Amino acid sequence: MNSSWSRFNITAIVLGFAFLYLPIVLLVIFSFNESKLVTVWGGFSTKWYVSLFNNQGLMDAAWVTIRVGLISATMATVLGTLAALALTRYTRFRGRVLFSGMVFAPLVMPEVITGLSLLLLFVAVGLDRGFFTLTLAHITFSMCFVAVVVQSRLVTFDRSLEEAAMDLGAPPVKTFFQITLPVILPAIISGWMLAFTLSIDDLVISSFTSGPGATTLPMKIYSQVRLGVTPEINAACTILIAIVAVGVIAASLVNKRREVQRLRDEQAAQRG
Amino acid sequence: MKHPLSAITDRLVIAVPYLWLLVFFLIPFFIVFKISLSTTAIAMPPYTPTLGLADGFSGLLSQISELSFDNYLWLTQDALYFNAYVSSAIIAGISTFLALLVGYPIAYGMARAPATIRPTLLMLVILPFWTSFLIRVYAWIGILKPEGLLNQLLLATGIIDQPLVILNTHSAIFIGIVYSYLPFMILPLYSALEKMDYSLIEAAQDLGCPPASAFWKITFPLSLPGVIAGCLLVFIPAVGEFVIPDLLGGSQTLMIGKTLWNEFFANRDWPVSSAVAVILLLLLVVPIMFFQQAQARAQEQGR
Repeated sequence: MNSSWSRFNITAIVLGFAFLYLPIVLLVIFSFNESKLVTVWGGFSTKWYVSLFNNQGLMDAAWVTIRVGLISATMATVLGTLAALALTRYTRFRGRVLFSGMVFAPLVMPEVITGLSLLLLFVAVGLDRGFFTLTLAHITFSMCFVAVVVQSRLVTFDRSLEEAAMDLGAPPVKTFFQITLPVILPAIISGWMLAFTLSIDDLVISSFTSGPGATTLPMKIYSQVRLGVTPEINAACTILIAIVAVGVIAASLVNKRREVQRLRDEQAAQRG
Repeated sequence: MKHPLSAITDRLVIAVPYLWLLVFFLIPFFIVFKISLSTTAIAMPPYTPTLGLADGFSGLLSQISELSFDNYLWLTQDALYFNAYVSSAIIAGISTFLALLVGYPIAYGMARAPATIRPTLLMLVILPFWTSFLIRVYAWIGILKPEGLLNQLLLATGIIDQPLVILNTHSAIFIGIVYSYLPFMILPLYSALEKMDYSLIEAAQDLGCPPASAFWKITFPLSLPGVIAGCLLVFIPAVGEFVIPDLLGGSQTLMIGKTLWNEFFANRDWPVSSAVAVILLLLLVVPIMFFQQAQARAQEQGR
C-alpha cells in the first residue's frame, strides 16, 4: 500500500515544509550576523543579543508581555473550558445559537474590528487604557481558541465514566474534578499554551486596547520594524521563537509519555 | 436523580462565559455601530454625541436625534474606501486560491503518509502557527527586499540579471498571506483527506479510470468540506488583514484593515473608522455564518 506514498507526495511535503520553515530559519541565522545588514553575512556574533538585553525599552515591554500573557492565558483557560463544557454538555438552553456564534466568530474576526470595538467599549465605560484593559482584551479573544481546543476533546469523551461516578454517589462537582478534568487535562494544557502564545504574539488588538506604560513586545518590535530591519529585532524574534518551540516540544513529549503510559495501563488491565 | 447543587453549577457553567462574551464581544459591536453614527469632535473621546443619561431622558432623546448616517455617506462619496473594500476582497480571494493550490498537495501528501509519521507531520504544520505572526511576516522583508536573500540567490545562479521588485507590491502581500495562513488551509484539508477511503480510488483505477480523472471525480469532491472550511479560515481574516499589507505591501496598497487603522491612529477619526468597521463586518457576515454552520456540523458529526 506504500505505493500511495509516492514521489509526488514526498516532494509536496518537502517543498511545503521548506516554504514553512525557511523564512524562520533564515531569520534565526541572521540574528547571529556580525554585520549590521540583515541580508549580508559578516561572520558569527552574539553581539545583538547583548545589545538586546541592554535595551531597557525592549526589556520593559517583554516584562509587560509576559505578565499579560500569564494572567490572560490562565483566565482564558478557565472561561474557555467553561464555554466548551456549556457547548458540549448542554445541547438546549436559551440563546445557545447566539452563544456558539460568539464562541466561533472571534476565531475568524479580523483583528482590527475586535480591537476597535473593545477600545470603544473601554472608552464608553470610562476605563483607562493600560495593563488592565489589555488583559481583558487578550482574555476575550483567546478564550474562544481554548474553547475550541477543549471542546474537540470533550466530544470524544466517554460520558459513561461520569455516569458511573454519579451512580456511585459522587456529586457533580467532585465528578468533574476527579473524572472529567484528568481526562481533558491535556487539551486544557494545550489550550492554555495556545492562549499564552496568542497573547504574547498579538499586535493589532494590543495596539488598540493598550495605553501609555503598557507597551508589549510586538508593539515595540512593530514600531522598530517600521524604522528599518535590524539584527537586534532578529535576536528578539529568535528568543521568542525559542521560548515557544521549547514549550511546544516539551508539551508534546509530555503528551506522548502520557499516551504510552495509558496504553501500558490498558494492556496491564486487560492482562489482569 | 439530579443533585441539588448541579442546577446551580449547570447555570454557572453556561452563564459565566456567556456573560463575558456578551459584555466583551457582542455589546462592543453595538457601541461601534452607535459611534459610526456620531460626528467627529475635538475632545476626548473624539466624537459627539456621547449618549448618556447625564441630561436626563430628554437629553438622551435629543442626543439620539443628532445621530446621522453622514459617515456612511462620506464612505460612499470617497472612492478611496470603495476601492479599499474591493481590493481587499480581491487580494484575499486570490491569496485564498493560491493557499489552496499550495496547501492541497501538502495536505494530500500528509494524509497518504505512513500512519506512524502523520502525527509528526501534523505537529510540523502547526508549529509555525505557534511562532509570532509579526515575526513570520517580518522574516519575509529580508527575503523579498531588492537586495534581499531571494534576489541574491537568483542573481548568483544567473536566473535573472536584474533584481526583482517584489517587496511593496501585491505579490509580496500574496506571499505573506499564503505563508501566514497556510496552516489554516492545510489542517481542515488534511482532516478531510485523512478520513477518506482510498479503496474508492483503487476501485476507480481498476475499472480503468485515469488517475487525474479519479482525483477530480472522487478525491476532490470528498475533500470539499475541508476545502470550504480552509478557504473560509483564510479568506475571512485576510480581508481585514493589517500587518501583512502594512509591512509587505508598501504605501500604495489599499486594504481595508489598513485604511481602518490609519483612520483611527493617524487621522484620529473614530466615527469614520467605526463606519469602516461596520461595513467590513456586514461584508463578512455571510462568510462568517457559513463558517459557523460548518463548525456546528463538524461538531454534530464528532458526537
